[in-house]
Amino acid sequence: MTSGWCRRYLVAGVLCTALPFGAWAGEAPRRVVSMNVCTDQMAMLVADKGQLHSVSYLATDGSTSALAAEANSYVVNHGLAEEIFLMKPDLVIAGTYTTRTTVDLLKRLGFAVEEFAPEASIAEVRANLQRMGKLLGRQQRADQLVAEMDAEIGRLKTIKVHDVDLALYYANGFTSGSGTLVADIVGIAGLENLADKLGISGTGQLPLEVLVLARPDLIAIDASSERGPALAKQNFAHPAFRAVTSQHQAVQLDSRYTICGGPFTLVAARILQQAAMKLDATQLDLGKR
Amino acid sequence: MTETARYRLLIVLLAILVTSLFVLSLTVGPADVSPWQGLAGLFAGDDSLIGLVMREIRLPRAILGLMIGATLGLSGAALQGYLRNPLAEPGLIGVSASASLGAVIAIYTGLSALLPLALPLMALGGALCAVLVVRLMAGADARPLSVILAGVAVSTFAGAMTSLALNLSPNPFAAMEIMFWMLGSLTDRSMTHVWLAAPFMVLGWLMLASLGRALDALTLGHETAASMGIDMKRVQRLAVIGTAASVGAATAVAGAIGFVGLVVPHLLRPLVGARPSRLLFASALGGAALLLAADILVRVVAPGRDLKLGVLTAVLGAPFFLVLVMRARRQMA
Repeated sequence: MTSGWCRRYLVAGVLCTALPFGAWAGEAPRRVVSMNVCTDQMAMLVADKGQLHSVSYLATDGSTSALAAEANSYVVNHGLAEEIFLMKPDLVIAGTYTTRTTVDLLKRLGFAVEEFAPEASIAEVRANLQRMGKLLGRQQRADQLVAEMDAEIGRLKTIKVHDVDLALYYANGFTSGSGTLVADIVGIAGLENLADKLGISGTGQLPLEVLVLARPDLIAIDASSERGPALAKQNFAHPAFRAVTSQHQAVQLDSRYTICGGPFTLVAARILQQAAMKLDATQLDLGKR
Repeated sequence: MTETARYRLLIVLLAILVTSLFVLSLTVGPADVSPWQGLAGLFAGDDSLIGLVMREIRLPRAILGLMIGATLGLSGAALQGYLRNPLAEPGLIGVSASASLGAVIAIYTGLSALLPLALPLMALGGALCAVLVVRLMAGADARPLSVILAGVAVSTFAGAMTSLALNLSPNPFAAMEIMFWMLGSLTDRSMTHVWLAAPFMVLGWLMLASLGRALDALTLGHETAASMGIDMKRVQRLAVIGTAASVGAATAVAGAIGFVGLVVPHLLRPLVGARPSRLLFASALGGAALLLAADILVRVVAPGRDLKLGVLTAVLGAPFFLVLVMRARRQMA
């Protein structure tokens, strides 16, 4: 087998061409490529004009990205090693769970790769924003974003909401319990998360019949249709679900606000809080009957 | 005890088993509802939430478990008799996988959203193609090996096309649904699914059930059967369309569930004697019992995890299949 020799030769050749584009110590990167829908959005918010070169294709999809319109002004990548290599970035930003083989290869080729774990709380969103600021040499911008977020959180928390039981009910019957970003959001909105009551932590399944019998005051769903049909959102058309939502309020919560953490995540808290405030006393009584 | 009396006793016992499993299926679920409360809610007819859960979630699930199980058991017995092949079964000869492909095309192109009937009809079409290809490949003598090999080719191809169709879908959820179409599940089905699939399943049952006398005659060989006045063309039509209609509709609403049609006729054959006609009804009941039991188990073993039905039936069926193959080899030696 010659593959070992071949690879060494290839890597050596590649290193020669790649190194001139490697990050200079102490200087802000000038050509940044992001490969994950969450780091894409954070980088778009933090980066200086012209500093961010490319974002992933998911960043331009309105069903997964809160900044889809902004993403259109960047070059789109698909997380493929070859594609990223040709962009000659001096910093690559990736998620810790996605495009693993590409990340490993890029690291071996000597690119500067920074990985971000998905945020499980607002505190982690703050930390990731600060870290992004430091990496891009844009601490001030990051501090400003965090301060704006904290101000909005403070404002949301001062608004008093009735005692509202909220059920998060996603495609395929999933829900979010403690230890997730969305659960944090529900808390900031001042609502009770049904998943906590049912002892569901992390992301787990909320069977339809449990949802029906739990009688939540408010059900948050994302019933918006993606491109192309699938079975995943059949649960919103189930006769039992429809019977329940005809009595209780369902609120449309676009998952683009909740998939990733960022200042836009607080839009989700605002949507939930406003839906809860619209519930009148009779509807709340119905829930507790 | 005469053979007829023994057969009647078996049918009665199987019917009791199916009825109890059906009731048990109604009382099992993730929600905390006591069995008595649930069954009372089912018949109360008021608009209580427990009544809603029982009528709209658990009842369709139990009905589909019963009907799909009966479909798989019956079609397994009919195919084994018709192809005179102990290994024939909708899953193994690729009928289920092809029905899945038909259903997947109907759903993910958006066709079934425009016309709900397109779902069972496309699944039926897929199943029909598979039965015809296998029948054609197996030839007139229907040698066991060629039937199974043709089935392997058909199901592998249909499985690959199903994955392709789901991967090409722009919907981010579609690719994850490969699991449902390959392994099958009855989670959160509704009465809509029952009404969509039931007419086709019942039609298929009637066609397959009418094969009894012909299958008995076929045990003596094609020529003897023909000389006894069995119209082989008619038999072929009934067997092919009956299998396609019932298995196609079953797969359209629950995905492909394997091995039920293999295991059940084999377990029951020694009990009914060497008469394929008797095996048909017994296998329908046996299939219903097996699938209801499997569907109860997936809810008890892994609550809240949505374990797929095909996983359980494969755990049971695959070793069984290997034992059959080993026995066949010993007989040949």
